[in-house]
Amino acid sequence: MPTVTYLTPSGDTRIVGNASGTLMSAAVANGVEGIDGDCGGVCSCATCHVHIDPAWREKVGPATPTETAMLELEDKATDASRLGCQVPLTDALDGLVVRVVGR
Amino acid sequence: MAATAGHVVVVGAGHAAAQLCASLVASPWTGRLTLIGDEPGLPYHRPPLSKARLRGATLDGEACDPLIRPETFYREHGVRHLAGVTVIAIDRGARRLILSGEPGHLEYDTLVLATGSLHLRPPLPGIDHERVHTLRTAAEAAAVRRRLGGARAVAVIGAGFIGLEASASLRQAGLEVTVLERGERALARVTSPVVSEFFTGLHRDHGVALRFEAAVTAIHDRPDGVRVALADAAPLDADFVVLGAGGFANDALARAAGLAVGDPPSGGVRVDACQRTDDPHVLAIGDCCTAANELYGGCRLRLESVQNANDQARVAAATIAGLPRPAAVMPWFWSDQYDVKLQIAGLSAGHDRCVLRGRPEPGTAFSVWYFRGRRLLAVDAVDDPRAYALAGKLIPCRLSPDPALVADPTVAPRDLIRSAEEVAT
Repeated sequence: MPTVTYLTPSGDTRIVGNASGTLMSAAVANGVEGIDGDCGGVCSCATCHVHIDPAWREKVGPATPTETAMLELEDKATDASRLGCQVPLTDALDGLVVRVVGR
Repeated sequence: MAATAGHVVVVGAGHAAAQLCASLVASPWTGRLTLIGDEPGLPYHRPPLSKARLRGATLDGEACDPLIRPETFYREHGVRHLAGVTVIAIDRGARRLILSGEPGHLEYDTLVLATGSLHLRPPLPGIDHERVHTLRTAAEAAAVRRRLGGARAVAVIGAGFIGLEASASLRQAGLEVTVLERGERALARVTSPVVSEFFTGLHRDHGVALRFEAAVTAIHDRPDGVRVALADAAPLDADFVVLGAGGFANDALARAAGLAVGDPPSGGVRVDACQRTDDPHVLAIGDCCTAANELYGGCRLRLESVQNANDQARVAAATIAGLPRPAAVMPWFWSDQYDVKLQIAGLSAGHDRCVLRGRPEPGTAFSVWYFRGRRLLAVDAVDDPRAYALAGKLIPCRLSPDPALVADPTVAPRDLIRSAEEVAT
């Protein structure tokens, strides 16, 4: 299972080993600041907004149309934006780095 | 309430309780935390009980329900969890709970009631039949899943969120589904006729029979099933019944302890903007309480939603930790039925005008915008996350767009924002 690095809104670096589920659920399980995942991962609340590190964007892939629609009015939305609940963690993502946007 | 590092005891182990634990341990507060739940396990996600967790077939059988926080979270933060324990009474004078099991009683410095809501059970003959199911807990959902093998037909009482979500799930599991709704339309308590009509059509397109103004008078036993008697129609035979007839606050403990509670049937422990009851040592959060909503003119509301549970838990944690109260937030809700997502931003109660944006047709995004005068109150977005996100930008700021522009789906969201002006409550 992959190791994921979360850069939090207050500037901390949180390294989560053996991360499973999604970028959101692994963050919630480990109490990563700025990722709430209030809707439980059904792309309904946008409380798991992250920016994918440029080196990883291709491997992670683009946002789905629902994510894009949920995020397009966010000031902090960029081409690197994803909702963490829509990013399943696979071994191919071992070493992934994301920046947590927070509210 | 000043910051106290004493013993916080949370009664109830649902979404509100889990978020309270998470917010407290992330705060400067350093006291002891005990979570008491009458269910066997740690807090888990409840919305899937009527959705993905009901279909069963696509999931890993009876595997455990998804926990809101993993077991390690509670262990690492020293949260004590008393599972399968019922609180019998609150002795407010002694600041002590009387428990059904070990350790018999428990002292608290701050008590947080997070007891949720309970199903309304219409007082009908046979309503307590073993084949009449509800979907409040994981165990209750598991009991429904166990009925699926060999079952052919189900009667669903109530066309609210729970009834319709359960209907979609059970239909997808291959059952014949008949919905019996006492009122004139689906989702009447939460949405407008245009959205009701859309979801009625969606269910009928999937082969669900919906009957309105269908008054159930009794549920009779028959071999391997039930017979649902109706006031104005022939009885309906089904293998089992799912009951989704609304809820009420689980406030009996608070009521018995003399705390201020709302009137039945909805009830609810009365709390202030910091989630405090009229006892300075007792707070209440989530479905079990009523609070004034600042965004909606300060009217007292009891909301049954994950968002409300989480956000009230965050407020209560700030109260306990002596931190500034978080800003008032907009209520939001969601419902997933088949492959359609309904997202609701705000509260539409009291609206005098609905503006439709888009066309309410299958496979098409549309939204309904609710105004009172010039003030935007709420938006129902059907497969339209763009409209939902837009509402989430406007409503918390009391901003209201021009309804004429809203009605034109070719007007871009940013132009709607530009058209918006602040309208007082």
